[in-house]
Amino acid sequence: MSIISFKQVHYTYPGDELESLCGADLEIEEGEFVAVLGHNGSGKSTLAKHMNAILIPDEGKVVVDGIDSSEEDKAFEIRRRVGMVFQNPDNQIVANVVEDDVAFAPENLGVPSEEIRARVDAALQQVGMYEYRTHAPHLLSGGQKQRVAIAGVIAMQPKIIVLDEPTAMLDPQGREEVLSTVTKLCREKGMTVVFITHHMDECIGADKLVIMSNGYIKAVGTPADIFSDVEMMAREGLAVPETTKLIYELNSVGFSLPLGELDEESCAAVIAAAMKK
Amino acid sequence: MLKDITLGQYFPGNTIAHRLDPRSKLILIVLYIAALFQATGWISYALVTAVTALCMIVSHISPKNIFKGLKPMLFIIALTALLNLFYTAGRPIVPGWPMTWEGLARSVQMILRIVLLITGTFLLTYTTSPIALTDGLELLLSPLKKIKVPVHEMTIMMSMALRFIPTLIEETDKIMSAQKARGADFETGRLTERAKALLPILVPLFVSAFRRADELAVAMESRCYHGGDGRTRMKVLHFAARDWAALALGLLFLAGMIVLKRFGL
Repeated sequence: MSIISFKQVHYTYPGDELESLCGADLEIEEGEFVAVLGHNGSGKSTLAKHMNAILIPDEGKVVVDGIDSSEEDKAFEIRRRVGMVFQNPDNQIVANVVEDDVAFAPENLGVPSEEIRARVDAALQQVGMYEYRTHAPHLLSGGQKQRVAIAGVIAMQPKIIVLDEPTAMLDPQGREEVLSTVTKLCREKGMTVVFITHHMDECIGADKLVIMSNGYIKAVGTPADIFSDVEMMAREGLAVPETTKLIYELNSVGFSLPLGELDEESCAAVIAAAMKK
Repeated sequence: MLKDITLGQYFPGNTIAHRLDPRSKLILIVLYIAALFQATGWISYALVTAVTALCMIVSHISPKNIFKGLKPMLFIIALTALLNLFYTAGRPIVPGWPMTWEGLARSVQMILRIVLLITGTFLLTYTTSPIALTDGLELLLSPLKKIKVPVHEMTIMMSMALRFIPTLIEETDKIMSAQKARGADFETGRLTERAKALLPILVPLFVSAFRRADELAVAMESRCYHGGDGRTRMKVLHFAARDWAALALGLLFLAGMIVLKRFGL
């Protein structure tokens, strides 16, 4: 059974005329790294906010780990299973000291103090911020702040982490820090990760890629399959990796190479093999 | 320039002053202020000054940091001193001038009183993290919950406000630069003109503060915040032997000051 399932979810923000989600269907399996790609206003954040019951569908339903999000008294149960990291690191850090911030969620859950201490230390070590535990968050870099925010969510021990454009305000180095931290959490700790972004290159390593546009889920599949559909990506105004673009251009002048090669080496190997023929 | 604000600043450390329970430090500061206002004569002022200096040494807070914090208060201190110097009746220092010996004594005492008052509160905030301070305050005030005073809500608002001071200062700096780049002038003109020039800073600042508050609320809810019920703490406050000792010393100090006042020293 999938850990998050969307069934024909419709949602309109109060006061808006246009629907922000128009019948979204999506299944997310346990332990998967799911990337969601789309432009601003494509409904990515709306999708994310349905995953921890901050928004409740107008129509259709969202089931998280067997709990229907429309049951009002279960919102708490859903939120402790789904950790959420937001775009602006400054607006989600609640304390003046890194470790106090990480302790916020377990404190809210009523975890005994010795266990909070253990969880906080473990979470900070997992994101590589343990040495900064007594620092003031506002003196950290963007990437470090965002890793503290991730630690704050891990300390809750959720099954799923949803990251809503966590890299949008970061420099390239900070983006790399955040992406490698969550990738490690997914691959080594088996955590389910939903990573929302508008940077195509952050989606390449995902198990599943979801393309969103104007409130619709346009495509779901492996990154290789999705990026291979260069025409669809162009229609949505989204970039494809340079490798895919190169092979696509070569194919349009007569080659017939597989489009699914995303990393540079395998792309080079495919082209080299074709040249030898 | 805005970076100089030391309000709510905390210097991490591991001295006895840092390790004292925030509740006892809060009570001690009340005792200290009460004692300070008992001071009438030079001996009692000397005693308070000595105690304050001792506290500074114990907590490893350098006078430099205290002076930095005092800077914004210089005007008020100077004004109080001048008023006391000129408006106290007594023997004139220079015949024909309104300054008196009594006024001089009073103004020195006034300066001492204000400086010591501020130094005492600085010692509290410099050695206590804002979280510990608000936690301590919440626990001290928790009896008021019985009469439906929203103590938890008040203290969490206080700690959020303290948390966002540096963020909002940074934001103000940014907005000021942005408005200056558009040709705004904050430094010249009459007072009313300068006050009007602040409007293009305040409006965006408020808008962004509200947006931040909104996002913060969602982020807090996402981390299962649901008010003070059933909340636990990572750092549990312990009232140790040193806290009782410190409180006893504080009471003794206050008693001593009251005795000194009795004798008019």
